[in-house]
Amino acid sequence: MIRLAELRFRWRARDPLVLDIEELAVARGEKLFVKGPSGGGKTTLLNLLGGVVAPEAGTVEILGTEVTGLRGAARDAFRADHIGFVFQSFNLVPYLPLVDNVLLPCRFSARRRERAGDRPEDEARRLLAHMGLDAGRLSGRGVVHLSQGEQQRVAAARALIGAPDLVVADEPTSALDSDVREAFLSLLFEEVDKAGATLVFVSHDARLEPAFGRSLALADINRASPGG
Amino acid sequence: MPILALALRSLANRRATAGLVVFAIGLSVALVLGVERVRTEARASFANTVSGTDLIVGARSGALPLLLYSVFRIGNATNNISWKSYRAIARAPGIAWTIPFSLGDSHRGFRVLGTDSGYFEHYRYGRKTRLSFAAGAPFDDVFDAVLGAEVAEALGYRPDDPIVVSHGLGAAGISDHADKPFRVAGILARTGTPVDRTVHVSLAGIEAIHVDWRHGAPLPGLAVDADSVREMDLTPKAITAFLVGLESRLAVFRLQRRINEYRSEPLLAILPGVALQELWDLMGTAEAALSAISVFVVATGLLCMVATMLASLGERRREMAILRSVGARPGHVFGLLVAEATALTIAGIAVGLGVFYAALALSRPVVSSAYGLYLAAAPPSERELLFLALVVVAGALSGTVPAWRAYAQSVADGMTART
Repeated sequence: MIRLAELRFRWRARDPLVLDIEELAVARGEKLFVKGPSGGGKTTLLNLLGGVVAPEAGTVEILGTEVTGLRGAARDAFRADHIGFVFQSFNLVPYLPLVDNVLLPCRFSARRRERAGDRPEDEARRLLAHMGLDAGRLSGRGVVHLSQGEQQRVAAARALIGAPDLVVADEPTSALDSDVREAFLSLLFEEVDKAGATLVFVSHDARLEPAFGRSLALADINRASPGG
Repeated sequence: MPILALALRSLANRRATAGLVVFAIGLSVALVLGVERVRTEARASFANTVSGTDLIVGARSGALPLLLYSVFRIGNATNNISWKSYRAIARAPGIAWTIPFSLGDSHRGFRVLGTDSGYFEHYRYGRKTRLSFAAGAPFDDVFDAVLGAEVAEALGYRPDDPIVVSHGLGAAGISDHADKPFRVAGILARTGTPVDRTVHVSLAGIEAIHVDWRHGAPLPGLAVDADSVREMDLTPKAITAFLVGLESRLAVFRLQRRINEYRSEPLLAILPGVALQELWDLMGTAEAALSAISVFVVATGLLCMVATMLASLGERRREMAILRSVGARPGHVFGLLVAEATALTIAGIAVGLGVFYAALALSRPVVSSAYGLYLAAAPPSERELLFLALVVVAGALSGTVPAWRAYAQSVADGMTART
């Protein structure tokens, strides 16, 4: 599913290396927990997976496609079609209603729209309902007025609509209370399984580690980190 | 469509700022439309007012003042033409008709024109259109008056109503010829020219109300009543100007020269078309200056939009990052900003049209009575529509400035959501 080889990244030519990974492979359907301290390069790794930033050297291969070899527009299209993102800070578009926020990936990817079924709005409502959110009841409230837990579940529904092959989550639970955090993880796993997606979940919170099938410390594979 | 829908939602979310930008663009558009409408209506009004007249003759002054005071009722004559000279010229061979004008009195802000029955027969406006009556008939009695359409409408007159003419052009009051009221004999159909704002009476009527007046005031101890005045010789001693129609236009320059070299008194004969051209030349500079100012005002409105959009980009980085994370390409971000700028411009134009037509409706009576300009509430002309289309294009192009900035920002930021 994911294969990184001899991956090196630094922000500017004279800056020190942020990431230097010899190899990393993630199998299809795997749930990978990547742990590490803040500033350790976790978000940069996710940006490399999404093709948002280009490595100095090495390759990022996802679903057999070498993302690093794609041109800008093709990289963006690949990301839209195959990857769903959940961020730490919820990242809902404040001026869009609940369901429209969930449907955003379908606006930019024909593949995601197609995979969301004949009526993507119904699929959005189903995902929200499964995440414990009643779209009808909440429709009158702007998304910014939802609680933190509710906003994060909306963001997860958005990442999962159209059954992406890869779900990338960047510290999605760090702002949630512990009971909400566990419920959120459980719902996320269910939907990831249902979609047959692969999950890469990065967090500095090692308490989440047992819930995942596989975990690794970024510092262990990153030769550029102080302990790497 | 998705980008346009997002742009509209985003603008709705920032409705206070967007509203101010739209209003600023709207005001600038309304100003340009106003200037353009006044310009075209003024030209049309001037061009349509006199038609089929070969020469306009008045006391010697300038071609433009003569054209303005005689036909457009703007300004005043500095001197008169003696009746004797008028009759001598009117009888000259080759002249088909003449229309004498005697100006100087008014009725409740509308000018009174003393003339003869030839006015209703020979005067033409627009495309050689003849005057027609909406009600009543031409004047028959000394104290009959024929009203222009706007006079009747504004003052609510109907045939047989009495009206009192005031001496001079000031407001009614102490200078009224109240002892010799006129009767409304007829009301002319609307022409869209200064005729609509004119009270027409006979030359004899003008003479009659002034028999007991000298130097703008009633003669003390001399009051001639209306019945007695009918018995008097009411042939005028002087008129203000007259229009000339020739049997053959080939004779126009010869007659013009003859009048301009008239020995008995200094006269001036002008060709209406040539004088109008002189007027256009004079107005052209002012029009160009006004148009330039209007364009700068629109540019200022669009700059205001660009500045507002640029200022908001900092706080919208997170929004752009979110869109990038769900598949938006930098091109989408660019398109979003351009779509917003275009939507703001189109909304500004809509507001501008609203303001323009509202201002037109409110100012029309004032402009009409103060400047004699009839501003039609017609739909935008082709030229105005072309201008509005250019504003949309300019708005969209202006949007490329913040769009490029947002594009570059989104490429640099990627999905790193920053606040």
